[in-house]
Amino acid sequence: MSVKLTEEMLSALPDARGHFGAFGGRFVSETLMDSLMTLEKEYNRLKKDPEFQARFDKELADYVGRPTPLYFAERLTRETGGAQIWLKREDLCHTGAHKVNNTIGQALLASFLGKKRIIAETGAGQHGVATATVCARLGLECHVFMGAEDVQRQSLNVFRMKLLGAQVHSVQSGSKTLKDAMNDAMRDWVAHVDDTFYIIGTVAGPHPYPMLVRDFQSVIGRETRRQCLEKTGKLPDALVACVGGGSNAIGMFYPFLGDESVELYGVEAGGLGLETGKHAAPLCAGRPGVLHGNRTYLMEDENGQIAATHSVSAGLDYPGVGPEHSWLKDIGRAHYVSVTDDEAMEGFRKLTRVEGIMPALETAHAVAYAIKLAATMDKDQTVVINVSGRGDKDINTVAKLEGIEI
Amino acid sequence: MSRIEGVLKTLKGQGRKALIPYITAGDPHPDVTVDLMHTLVAAGADIIELGVPFSDPMADGPVIQLACERALVHGTSLRQVIGMVKEFRKTDDSTPVVLMGYLNPMEAMGYEKFADAAKDAGVDGILTVDLPPEEADEVAPLFTERNLDAIFLLAPTTTDDRIRAISEHSSGYVYYVSIKGVTGSATINVEEVAAKVNHIHELTALPVGVGFGIRDAETAAAVGRVSDGVIVGSVLVDTIARNQADTGQLKRALTDLLHPMREALDSLAS
Repeated sequence: MSVKLTEEMLSALPDARGHFGAFGGRFVSETLMDSLMTLEKEYNRLKKDPEFQARFDKELADYVGRPTPLYFAERLTRETGGAQIWLKREDLCHTGAHKVNNTIGQALLASFLGKKRIIAETGAGQHGVATATVCARLGLECHVFMGAEDVQRQSLNVFRMKLLGAQVHSVQSGSKTLKDAMNDAMRDWVAHVDDTFYIIGTVAGPHPYPMLVRDFQSVIGRETRRQCLEKTGKLPDALVACVGGGSNAIGMFYPFLGDESVELYGVEAGGLGLETGKHAAPLCAGRPGVLHGNRTYLMEDENGQIAATHSVSAGLDYPGVGPEHSWLKDIGRAHYVSVTDDEAMEGFRKLTRVEGIMPALETAHAVAYAIKLAATMDKDQTVVINVSGRGDKDINTVAKLEGIEI
Repeated sequence: MSRIEGVLKTLKGQGRKALIPYITAGDPHPDVTVDLMHTLVAAGADIIELGVPFSDPMADGPVIQLACERALVHGTSLRQVIGMVKEFRKTDDSTPVVLMGYLNPMEAMGYEKFADAAKDAGVDGILTVDLPPEEADEVAPLFTERNLDAIFLLAPTTTDDRIRAISEHSSGYVYYVSIKGVTGSATINVEEVAAKVNHIHELTALPVGVGFGIRDAETAAAVGRVSDGVIVGSVLVDTIARNQADTGQLKRALTDLLHPMREALDSLAS
């Protein structure tokens, strides 16, 4: 099932108020409205500014290391016995994940706007590390908010952020995970709205964040499209990416939205299984609501209280999702599926052992689903997995799951 | 005329200022909220802002976050909060009640159902922290159709154009957030607040309530001098936290806190 999206439709989204159909928008307290409207105006200006774009492209090339390769996973393809499996190697970006594409873009925005103090939220710590990195690069003060539970399970990234000169604020409220980190980042922003730029790490939050994060991440899909044409002579048949907030997925999908023949698969964290309620799959098992400044699919109880989430992967452990994904789900352009913690671990082991590429546990969800999908497809078809991050940061988690002390 | 308008008009006629306390419904326990509401009225409240607990109160500081957590431990839902207002109305038909909270619990209940139930229970106004007028075009008409006042926030960062536009969408009063920050976080600069509130008065005919940072009789009087009402929240909620084990003591403590504010405000009356 695919929907034809014209250029015209795509360039009109989000609309002037930041809506993707029924989703998105700007649901924040009044104190932040002026800042958000200024950011939107300035971003729309800089988007067309050749100097800003040239600077962004240069940073992506020389600092991030783009373009990242599109790699043919020959052994994985042979073992799977179906479609050709290709890997978009975002794990080879500087700092080890796609997150830096966006943080470079937003930190440049902050610099152009004259803001010297940067705040960010982080779950797995990848966005925190990417933010701390570009702050070091540009000489900006950096504060990262991280749930106390994530501080525990991602201690390596906490130390990396500190080495980079960032101050890490351990958030003790609520479930002590990513959503609470985002709450506290927003609270800090309200209190320091004059001098602070909030670098949101995913395609969620109030308008214009879902739009500008998508734009910065779309380099992934643009490169993939070009590389597929070069290397396989055609567009891919399917794209697979993991979805927490959904920034790597939207970055991969967006340049292909108008290509009807390309099927899009977003893979959510099924945790212990959708039927147990212990998961982080709002698109598969949630319903629309309003959180963190936008209307989107959420995990919530019958009274509209945000539900606790579970995933083996800290980066997917979030009860909401970017509003553009909610829209793509509702219009049927993208498929949203889930895989469990166990399946993701299987994907992690498989890619590590068969290709010598150790994916992040977030990415492992996409790997696990793509293997299942490729097996059902023909040998002349191609599937591209967005390998959004590398797995070094997850070694402690994996060891613990296997009962090994390191 | 709505109950809120009526009360504010009467006070204005008397040269008096509205005292508007905020508590979170269900804190420390759903069973005592109605009792506490009556206590607030007896201690001098003109209007009550009753907080609807939410799991992710992004505009609130630690004091009100913890109040939400205490209320949610007992499963306090929006339906229950509306039920508390209904119960309160059995013996108090004159004190306006404003429900203050975040959008998602209302969205989950369904806006029309919520508006009907709120009206039926005797709620007078709705203040949704994360609903700017730009996003309220579907929801606000449901409130106005039922004569429920839609109360919106103004902030130190709100531009003149927005002050005018927001005031056009508001009824009852507008709520000026006196500081850049979350609830309960900072002390206010009275001169800055006075200048901004005077300016807001030039741009709208609606009464202006001022909240955030009002902790005692002195700050209440200072803010009362320039505004039509003062909203007192975190200091009350903190008092609830410290006296949650003993309801009798809690009621005395709330009374002891509000009384001097009432007197300080009334001493401003000319």
